[in-house]
Amino acid sequence: MPNTTQQLQYDAIVVGAGHNGLICAHQLAKKGKKVLVLEAEPEAGGLAKGYEFSPSFFTSAVHTLPQLSKKLISSLQLEQHGFSTKQQVIPTLALNDNGQHISISKNTVDGVSEKDQKSFQEFTELMNQFSKTMGPFWHKNPPRIEDRDVSDLFTFAQFGWNVRRLGKEKMAEFTRVMALPSQDLMDEFFHNPLLKAALSWDFLVGNKLAPRSPNNAVLNQLLRNAGDLSGKQVYNTGAMPVAQVGQFINALVKSCESLGVSIQYNARVESVLVSEHKVTGVRLADGREMLASKVISNLDPKTSFQKLLGQQHLDIQFSHRINRIRDRGMVATVNLALNGLPKFNGVTDLNQRLLIAPTMSDMETAFDSAKYGELPEHPVMEVMIPSLRDETLCPAGHYVLSAQVMYVPYELKGSWETAKPKLLASIMAMLERYAPGISEQVIASELLTPKDIETKFNVRGGHWHHGEFCIDQWWVNRPTYGTNRYSTPMPGFFLCGAGAHPGGGIMGAAGLNAAREVLKND
Amino acid sequence: MANKYDAIIIGAGHNGLTNAAYLAKAGLQVLVLEKNAYIGGAAVSRELHKGWMYSNCSYVCTLLRQSIHRDLNLSQHGLMIVPYEGNTSFGADGDYVAHYPEAAMSYREIKRHSARDADAMVRYESDLMRYAKLIRFFLLRTPADPTSFKPRDIKEMIYMGKKFLDLGEEQIYEFMRFLTMSAADFLNEYFENDLVKASLATSSIIGTALGVYSPGTAYVLLHHVMGDVDGTVGAWGLARGGMGAISNAIAASLAEFGGEVRCDAEVSELLVRNNKTYGVLLANGEEVHSDIVVSNLDPKRTFTKIINKKHISPALRKKAENFKIRGSSGKVNIALTGQPYFPSLPDQSLLQKGSFAFVDSLENMERAYDDWKHNRWSEIPFIEMTQSSQFDPTLAAPGHYFVSCFIQYCPRDVEGGWTDEKRAAFGETVVNRISKYSPNFRELIAHMEIRTPFEIENEIGLTEGNIFQGELTLDQLMFNRPFPGYAQYRGPIKGMYMCGSGTHPGGGVSSACGANSAREILMDLKREKINGKSVVPEEFDDA
Repeated sequence: MPNTTQQLQYDAIVVGAGHNGLICAHQLAKKGKKVLVLEAEPEAGGLAKGYEFSPSFFTSAVHTLPQLSKKLISSLQLEQHGFSTKQQVIPTLALNDNGQHISISKNTVDGVSEKDQKSFQEFTELMNQFSKTMGPFWHKNPPRIEDRDVSDLFTFAQFGWNVRRLGKEKMAEFTRVMALPSQDLMDEFFHNPLLKAALSWDFLVGNKLAPRSPNNAVLNQLLRNAGDLSGKQVYNTGAMPVAQVGQFINALVKSCESLGVSIQYNARVESVLVSEHKVTGVRLADGREMLASKVISNLDPKTSFQKLLGQQHLDIQFSHRINRIRDRGMVATVNLALNGLPKFNGVTDLNQRLLIAPTMSDMETAFDSAKYGELPEHPVMEVMIPSLRDETLCPAGHYVLSAQVMYVPYELKGSWETAKPKLLASIMAMLERYAPGISEQVIASELLTPKDIETKFNVRGGHWHHGEFCIDQWWVNRPTYGTNRYSTPMPGFFLCGAGAHPGGGIMGAAGLNAAREVLKND
Repeated sequence: MANKYDAIIIGAGHNGLTNAAYLAKAGLQVLVLEKNAYIGGAAVSRELHKGWMYSNCSYVCTLLRQSIHRDLNLSQHGLMIVPYEGNTSFGADGDYVAHYPEAAMSYREIKRHSARDADAMVRYESDLMRYAKLIRFFLLRTPADPTSFKPRDIKEMIYMGKKFLDLGEEQIYEFMRFLTMSAADFLNEYFENDLVKASLATSSIIGTALGVYSPGTAYVLLHHVMGDVDGTVGAWGLARGGMGAISNAIAASLAEFGGEVRCDAEVSELLVRNNKTYGVLLANGEEVHSDIVVSNLDPKRTFTKIINKKHISPALRKKAENFKIRGSSGKVNIALTGQPYFPSLPDQSLLQKGSFAFVDSLENMERAYDDWKHNRWSEIPFIEMTQSSQFDPTLAAPGHYFVSCFIQYCPRDVEGGWTDEKRAAFGETVVNRISKYSPNFRELIAHMEIRTPFEIENEIGLTEGNIFQGELTLDQLMFNRPFPGYAQYRGPIKGMYMCGSGTHPGGGVSSACGANSAREILMDLKREKINGKSVVPEEFDDA
């Protein structure tokens, strides 16, 4: 054996210290397993890590935690390590360029007609009921249809029972509403165009979905509403839990370490070692080999199978199904370092989720450019000022503004070099409309297109779901038949990331479920 | 005094006529009331220019069920369906992809564009056929109501479940994907050449308010290959004499069974007493009485135009208002004094006589959809041009041709409304596009009828000019068509039924809706069998 290799025996190796990977490691260690997590970057967290985007200015790619549950936080013992279940909850303000904004909070909407206010109650009640119906399934392994496994049949029965419990009227509505485009659903309930656009945001963000896109919008919203940090049965569009996700990651790392999990950084994994058709460990980019009978990948499915494992170990049909996974993100993030508090017309409290999306038609038009690989003229966005909640993010008297921008193509017709400044200009122009003078306050900026997100965070396609979140790539089809329960055709090789059920977002369900599957395989 | 009629059917579209014919066959005294001077609804042949017969609405037929064709003796009543051959899709640069009736020729043609795609086509067709064969089982069946525990519904759910499970686990998952994907994504999984994909994608958007990139369009691909002509599943056919021949044959069958049709008899209201219907009120003030009234009108029109608000719950009325039935297509029907010549096609090829799809590319088909979203007709529209008279000489004199152009997208409302100028401009967009490929086309035009969804709605009564009486999206299909709880042809009022394309299995000239509805009506009357045999067939012949 060459003396550059270093062989250590673990029970399990997790590739990638994203939150799902860490959670999976945590659950295995809790059951007494010796676990090693290998992370390519100098720090953990993947898309959820906090980072410095300009000297002394900190941010993260995401600030909201609508999918996180209290149960997860306590089962990971995060409170002891610095992350509480009690996080701030902020309302949403849908900005109108005439200053007459619409305020959406936990149970009410202000700035709309009485009719729309009443409809909001009915709407959120309906959506919460659907949430409840779907709820149990995010944290369960997808069943198999032909198994005689009792727990699988129970899952199907439970689903049927949950749907039945909606009552005859709502049951019928369930299948119908699930397939509706967000625009049609909004038109059925509301009149105010700004309200419809604002509520649509949580149905569409993070996926290749526009207001008119059928089939997948409601499912997307249900996933986004799957957490309970703002309370049980709360429609969190108006009650959005927010936090420094970096703290979440830090607490998670500490909790893992307290259980004896080893985490190595700057340790990029190059391939999975296979012998006699089963996993024996991994080889790192620097040549070192680590041995384990179980390797669990936090990376997206395509990278996991094509690069880590290698297609030579897979049958052609399976490879074909992996290759066809659609995984191009459409969200860009922009971070601004400001030398003063921006003045948004008509807004007194800036510690809210500000939505800039005048109408559903504007959202559709922005999408209609991006889908052809072109830049939208008037991007739509979700804006927050996280430094209002955490002063350590920047120097005193300064502010960090962070926005998620839609729709930005992954692949551009033309070069990004000339296009990126144009995109930033469009974004600033939109912000100027609502916060005149903001451009003068910018001392530094960072614009990450989906391609940049891919490079910076090791997330394929810059897609935070690792693979489009839509019915044809969901549940028993996520990522595909043959690997829809975290195990794969290669014994000992597992998936635990967003590319598996139930999808992405900071939720931890994939990591939890994967650990359960890994332990079953013992 | 007993009613003269056992059942009244509102609307002499092909489904209404089919419904009436089956009821009459079972021995009921039926009357069909039609507002226009002619029957057929959207399946008509009209001599709009002397010497040319126009199928000026629907133009091809494939979905007409063979069993219905037999039961109603349509051949004896003059109906002859002729398969038509040769379909060419034109790309932006003048290149084309042709689909030939012979498999070997089609293979070579695809190979000309991509060898890989020629092989993939085999796999594609077999996969689609598998799904088509599964779906066909459900066309001539009333959908189950999944929210009910009635034995009949449970039995139907089990039947569906079994047919589904027969696919095997992997294929079940693939089918789930197929039902919800976009046509573009689905085609991308098989093919690499854009024009090949575009030529196939045409059937995924016809009659929809969606684009080829929209989730849910892959399923629509299926809808258009699911029929059969003489047993060749997936083929398309022309009715000799134009589409009106279908309606006329069904009407003749109806007459043979003793049914009546009255034209120029618009129904203005359904007569209701104690939540039970007792007939209809005509626009001229006359009342016609019957205990059974079947509406062949689209669901929106049925529930918002001819039933007084007080007879239906506000919830149901809201459902009807929310029902999606947006029109997205126009028709330009043209009388030509000669055969259009397409220089990019081989001179003596059968393709010159076939049908044409002007697609350009998947991207341009999607851009055509984007225009419609803003209430404009497509700058570069998708056009399907059928030269019906090439295969049916009865439509025009020798040397003359009738050509039917189906265009997407065309909105029902444009800014400023559909003035004569706007309509002419729309027609010009169409002629201009075709002329790019056929230079002699324009000079052959003897007459043109330009129909936007606006005209179609006003003349035929199809709300917003939607050709399927309601969009074919998952939320409005099967047990949700037209609305959850009302997907078994029965209305909320006793004695009231629906039989149009707004019910299962949806649109297209299939007669299935009319037949399924008749079955339900007869079941309620306990008259569904004659001498032990079902009046309305239940399964597919190849089941």
